[in-house]
Amino acid sequence: MMTTLIYDGTFEGLLTAVFEVYDRRLGRVNLQKSDLGANALFEDKMQVITDEARANRVLKGLKQKISSMGVQRLYAAHLAEMDSDANSLLGYIRYAFDSAVNIEEDYGNRFVMRVSEMVRMVRREKHRMEAFVRFQKLKDDTFYAGIEPDFNVLPLLIRHFKSRYADQKWIIYDLRRKYGLYYDLHHTQYISLDFANVAKPADVIAAFTEDEGIYQHLWKNYFTSVNIPSRKNTKLHVRHIPKRYWKHLTEKI
Amino acid sequence: MNVDRITEKLNILADAAKYDVSCASSGSKRKNENKGLGNASNGICHSYTEDGRCVSLLKILLTNHCIFDCAYCVSRKSNDVQRAAFTVQEVVDLTINFYRRNYIEGLFLSSGIFKDADYTMERLVRIAKKLRTEHNFNGYIHLKSIPGASDELMNEAGLYADRLSVNLEMPTEAGLKLLAPDKNQADMIKPMGYLKNAIIQRTEEKKIFKKAPIFAPAGQSTQVIIGATPENDSEVLQSANYFYKNFNLKRVYYSGYVPVLADSRLPALNTSVPMVRENRLYQADWLMRFYGFKVNEIVNDSQPHLDLDIDPKLGWAIRNMQAFPVDINKADLQMILRVPGIGLQSAQKIVSARKFAKLNWDQLKKIGVALNRAKYFITCKSNEFERRDLTGSNIKQFILATSQSKYLKNTQVQLNLF
Ligand code: SF4
Repeated sequence: MMTTLIYDGTFEGLLTAVFEVYDRRLGRVNLQKSDLGANALFEDKMQVITDEARANRVLKGLKQKISSMGVQRLYAAHLAEMDSDANSLLGYIRYAFDSAVNIEEDYGNRFVMRVSEMVRMVRREKHRMEAFVRFQKLKDDTFYAGIEPDFNVLPLLIRHFKSRYADQKWIIYDLRRKYGLYYDLHHTQYISLDFANVAKPADVIAAFTEDEGIYQHLWKNYFTSVNIPSRKNTKLHVRHIPKRYWKHLTEKI
Repeated sequence: MNVDRITEKLNILADAAKYDVSCASSGSKRKNENKGLGNASNGICHSYTEDGRCVSLLKILLTNHCIFDCAYCVSRKSNDVQRAAFTVQEVVDLTINFYRRNYIEGLFLSSGIFKDADYTMERLVRIAKKLRTEHNFNGYIHLKSIPGASDELMNEAGLYADRLSVNLEMPTEAGLKLLAPDKNQADMIKPMGYLKNAIIQRTEEKKIFKKAPIFAPAGQSTQVIIGATPENDSEVLQSANYFYKNFNLKRVYYSGYVPVLADSRLPALNTSVPMVRENRLYQADWLMRFYGFKVNEIVNDSQPHLDLDIDPKLGWAIRNMQAFPVDINKADLQMILRVPGIGLQSAQKIVSARKFAKLNWDQLKKIGVALNRAKYFITCKSNEFERRDLTGSNIKQFILATSQSKYLKNTQVQLNLF
């Protein structure tokens, strides 16, 4: 019999689901984020209630089975938030628990392979954001950037931006998921912004420093100057910077 | 700030610098330990030009005034172009303000020669010093060394820059004589020799005294222009190999000549940029640096040119059919790396994964192996394999027939490495 587990889509929720699988000795399991309500007739359905203590127990156990790098990779794969792939994450974790040896490099296994693909996608998005964030300087000397990444990579950006821009205040805001990161010269914290107050474009522009426009102008000029027309290769250009990122790139606006 | 004036300078001096193709900002380990601005480690491409090249650094000339007259260079003395020069402060402000907005990884500063080598080099060094000491800037700095600059200035440059480079420009001395009559190779090689020794010595010191200052942590590189002079690929790669070996270079860049000037010594203005050849040279260069190939295995007297139709690794494989097929589940890493269609990462994954169980075609494909090429050269856990006794030239034809136009030599597409 197939048991469907419904969880809340968080990493702790995923780990709690693993707890339930072992606690209730479940066999075939289908893990999904929301109740899709399909053919409930022949399956068991169960709501997983995220429980930090249980999640921590699973995490502790997992660390005995795979390296801490491996745990980080799982977390990164989870940030892909791909509904259909919750089962790959679950499959990976179960495979790790059920094996006597460390399975991280068993790329012949479909779960290990799939997780490694997901990690690659999320990391690529992380690297893209490290590259494509464009800060604009506000009047209070904070540097602000809006992003719309494909995956929820904000948590993975903290370390890079904090160590690079240690001497300036900055905000990176995920406009799609409606939360952001704020660094105040000492710590970073998650924030949410209320854009309702700045409905008029003029309000936004007024918030920038005077030289902001100048440097944007200079950067755009630079970008045009370095192009070599006789080598033009639009296909390659778009492969490196897919169009969906353009609206936040100063040089492409 | 006079915006119009700065804009004009930036346009002129970025335009004149763009033919230097190197843009790498990786290989340094400079950390942000002083709670200052920036670090230099990962080498991020922040944007891409419309021709698909990475934009990582603010790449500009300090000035395009020059007392020399190198035929291939837009800044040469006899060329009638608009001239401009930045002040030290202007370069510093641009770098800092671009960096703070996450436009760039750092600065790549080069210059035409005004007055003499030391006079020019001194200004380049002053900019780097100001960025490091007055602005706590830890981002990437690449300084072009001016041929003939003194050892003292090279030493100071190494203290502030992450990478230093001297462009050899032409693959051979004869080529240089023809096109850059004011330059001599000895002047270019001398600072390279000085840097090589200084880097070795400072690295030793650093091992003993943790606090010893870092010195050009990303090493030195050079660039050669391809297609302006008649050297063949064998001469180009032998020369690159010589400089890798004898001067510990981190990178040799190959820059396909972009015809910008009419000169009887140069290819005509309507000549197309040799982009496929340039790409093949990079592939060959990778084979030498990461795949364990010796230069003579790739090019030699009987094989003086790289095949433009196929990549040099496939070229080597079909000339050496006796080495194949390779059993993926048994062969050592070095041999797996030599299989066409298998890159560094896939090779690593294969060697890790086969410890668990023997791998089949499906798994190899998932791992990232390009089977359309690899299948002619490997066996794995399967009874299906290429049984026909194919010759090298058969295989080349099959592969060319199944891959699209990207392998055809006249396309303008820049190819990927493997
Ligand atoms: S010395 Fe440099 S800038 Fe001057 S002409 Fe020669 S290549 Fe150009």
